[in-house]
Amino acid sequence: MYLIVVAIGIYLLGGVASFLSGSSRRAAMAFGVGAAVLGAAAAAIPAGMALAGGSVEPIRWAWNMPLGSFSLAMDGLSALFVLPIVVLPALAAIYGSAYLDRAKSHGRSWLCFNLLAASMVLLVVARNGLLFLVAWEVMSLSSFFLVTSENEKESVRQAGWTYLIAMHLGTAFLLVMFLLLGRENNSLDFENFTAAGMPSVLFLLAVIGFGTKAGFLPLHVWLPEAHPAAPSHVSAVMSGVMIKTGIYGLVRTLTFLGPPLEWWGWVLIGVGVTSGILGVLLALSQSDLKRLLAYSSVENIGIITLSLGVGLVGLARGNMTVAVLGFAGGLLHVVNHALFKGLLFLGAGAVLHATGTREIDRLGGLIKKMPWTAATFLIASVAIAGLPPLNGFISELLIFVGSLKGMVALGSWGPAALLAAIGCLALIGGLAAACFAKAGGVVFLGEPRTEQAAKAHEVPSAMLIPMIALALACILIGLLAPLVLPWLSEAVAVAAGLPVETAHAELSGTTGLANGMAWAGGAVVVILGGLLLLRRRLLAGRKVETAGTWDCGYVAPTARMQYTASSFAEPLTEVFQMFLRTRREAQLPTGLFPREASLVTHTPDLFGESVFRPAFQGVKWLMGRLQWLQHGRLQLYVLYIVLALLILLAWKLG
Amino acid sequence: MTMNSTTILNLALSVVLAPLLPGVINRTKAFFAGRKGPPLLQLYYDLWKLLHKGAVYSRTTSWVFRLGPALGLAAVLTALLIVPTGGGSSLLGFDGDLILLAGLFGLMRFITVLAALDTGSAFEGMGASREVTFSALAEPAFLLGLAALAKLTGSLSLTGIFGGLTVESWWSAAPELALVAAAMFLVFLVENARIPVDDPNTHLELTMIHEVMVLDHGGPDFAFILYGAALKMWVMGMILVQIVLPAHSGTWLVDLAVLLAGLLSLGVAVGTVESTMARLRMVRVPQLLVTAGALSVVALVLVLRRPV
Repeated sequence: MYLIVVAIGIYLLGGVASFLSGSSRRAAMAFGVGAAVLGAAAAAIPAGMALAGGSVEPIRWAWNMPLGSFSLAMDGLSALFVLPIVVLPALAAIYGSAYLDRAKSHGRSWLCFNLLAASMVLLVVARNGLLFLVAWEVMSLSSFFLVTSENEKESVRQAGWTYLIAMHLGTAFLLVMFLLLGRENNSLDFENFTAAGMPSVLFLLAVIGFGTKAGFLPLHVWLPEAHPAAPSHVSAVMSGVMIKTGIYGLVRTLTFLGPPLEWWGWVLIGVGVTSGILGVLLALSQSDLKRLLAYSSVENIGIITLSLGVGLVGLARGNMTVAVLGFAGGLLHVVNHALFKGLLFLGAGAVLHATGTREIDRLGGLIKKMPWTAATFLIASVAIAGLPPLNGFISELLIFVGSLKGMVALGSWGPAALLAAIGCLALIGGLAAACFAKAGGVVFLGEPRTEQAAKAHEVPSAMLIPMIALALACILIGLLAPLVLPWLSEAVAVAAGLPVETAHAELSGTTGLANGMAWAGGAVVVILGGLLLLRRRLLAGRKVETAGTWDCGYVAPTARMQYTASSFAEPLTEVFQMFLRTRREAQLPTGLFPREASLVTHTPDLFGESVFRPAFQGVKWLMGRLQWLQHGRLQLYVLYIVLALLILLAWKLG
Repeated sequence: MTMNSTTILNLALSVVLAPLLPGVINRTKAFFAGRKGPPLLQLYYDLWKLLHKGAVYSRTTSWVFRLGPALGLAAVLTALLIVPTGGGSSLLGFDGDLILLAGLFGLMRFITVLAALDTGSAFEGMGASREVTFSALAEPAFLLGLAALAKLTGSLSLTGIFGGLTVESWWSAAPELALVAAAMFLVFLVENARIPVDDPNTHLELTMIHEVMVLDHGGPDFAFILYGAALKMWVMGMILVQIVLPAHSGTWLVDLAVLLAGLLSLGVAVGTVESTMARLRMVRVPQLLVTAGALSVVALVLVLRRPV
């Protein structure tokens, strides 16, 4: 466990050293990246031990804070989150060393980056409410400064504000939750938290508070603003692991609340289904690559939440198989999403780096200029679309099987929520495939649509190596499911509040499934290899020519005649127009010899536009009504103070 | 892993006989139209010819275009390994393999769509866009239909499901099974690009869906695609037939005969639909798919209401 403290120390020292390096760009980078990598190495050891079932000595130091104690511990659940939390920033830091603008020194950025990593690690091993909240706040603030790295842009400042406000509104709910827990138990140490008087209230507070961080719909509005604004390696960390701390918080809170009620599961399934479907629909209708990825994170958080909901329904109904499969699927998806979403954001960053644009419709044909970026991005697209034989399919398979088992085993009407889960998960899968066929296909395939795209170049190897590593992880987890699933039992046991033996036994029930997947994945690979060899044999010695793409005899096709991302998504956005409210501004061609025509489509965030904007306008109006209190005259302010003191005195005496 | 000689033999028969199904459909259509029509074995001749050709690749394309046909065929061949064939068990079945089946079809579709986008052709982009739209909407109907069967038979593997369905199931749960079969038939038509969703005989690129995505493929690649499409139709056909005609005589030859007769009738049914119906307007297709989904949901609700 001391290694965790060492890791946090490395992060902090490296960050500060990087900050103090001042104008020396090289030193700042060396300290920043070095700390991220070394810290990861130090923290990964105890996490790996805890996942393997070994015990890690907890730490408990006195802390000069009321109700506070510096107590850290590493159980399976913490360990499962620590691993992606340290690995992704290490890879992102290596990537960032080449990605960040070479003209400037980035000491401040590296300080915040390492602070973010350190606070996330501290957060998931903290065992005291106050320590947890401190880490939570450091995480929010350091990521706020990272989001606003390019604060010379108006849009970035705007995104930063949205982010800051959303985070603190969420934290307010958490503060209330921990205060209620503390009042019941007279301590803020997690080990003393027991099923308090009103678990349902605490559950709802946790869903809202942690849901804001995780991006549950409709609390997701900050995600599509903040992720595109941040530098890409930071977006990768934020989307890949930081939003998962919300999931961690929710699962950890569930362990305090005692036996779950069934409707909690239904709430989580409901939240998951709405976040999943609307998230992927909004992703599908975006034209900015990083915004698309941000909405897709909302979708994947939805899948994870839905899965936890299935687990809770299983627990409440006393069906341990369903419970274990639900939690295992959700937790595995946490890891998987960190891998492929991290990779996708790094890929989007590479595209931005090479072309200077994030507009999908201004790109195209990058696979020839950036073969490695394209290959890894397409692998991640297959994985995130939940297609076999990659890792995204394995976690979704566990969720499906958990829901199906629940539906088969549980009584007649209870499993209706599971039915919804199955149907919606299927729809989400289909829509995600459409979304990432669009993202991967329009950006990397075909012909370049603009000059910028045509002039693109492959990014340096410091950026490629992290992407290749993540792509390999996606493939290996997919093909080696039988080796991966047993590692989940410690984490699932903590999350579901079950003995490790039960979790382990139930997970060994999935051996058939895991082996089947390994066989099927192997079959796909072997048959594919066979067919490719067959084609090579057949074509050997025959004429293999190149020609133009068939365009029905038209002789002068241009790259602008290709199908665009917006036209690709149009049939689906049309079907779901009810939820998306896509706006179009069309200038139709007129006259016998039409010259100009244009079509602009834009899909605003339904909740941002029609819920939060009016609400905050209302708050602003209310605050405006109070402005008469504020004159700027010092005498009056002194009078307010005196009056306040007098009232307090009278109240205390009376 | 259950391996026995009849399973292997059935698999081999599927691999060999799959191109027959499009032939049956075309013969039926020719009969209705009063034409002489192509021979029953036309697809075999086509495949033979294509496998002996060279290849022409578009300058725009990359390795994705070359990977598409092979990966698509690999996915559907793997799907064949998990679907039980006529009273027997599958080679690679496990609890939850019904999800893998949907996933493998998804993989085949995804790589076909990417290969289409790789050509940079507006027509192929259009086909790709329509393909992802309709298949995304067909996915819930397919999985919920299989979920209804899973609940009915209490099994999560395709082998268990189709082993559990018997002629008696039709006595006790006729409405449920009929609804699932109807939903599956609609999904079958959508997934295999048949009328009323897509017209395999159309000669206008603008109106095609599946055909237009593979316009640029030629030679052995196109052979892989045509064979993969026939095999996919065969695999989905086997599922439909085993719902409608759940034969478990215990005699291999009888079960196989029932399966083949079922597939033959399915081909005739599809041909009849194609001869007697016009194609739906594109904007109407989502309604058809939602109908299929609704049929599956109603079937599931009926199954859930059954006394346990």
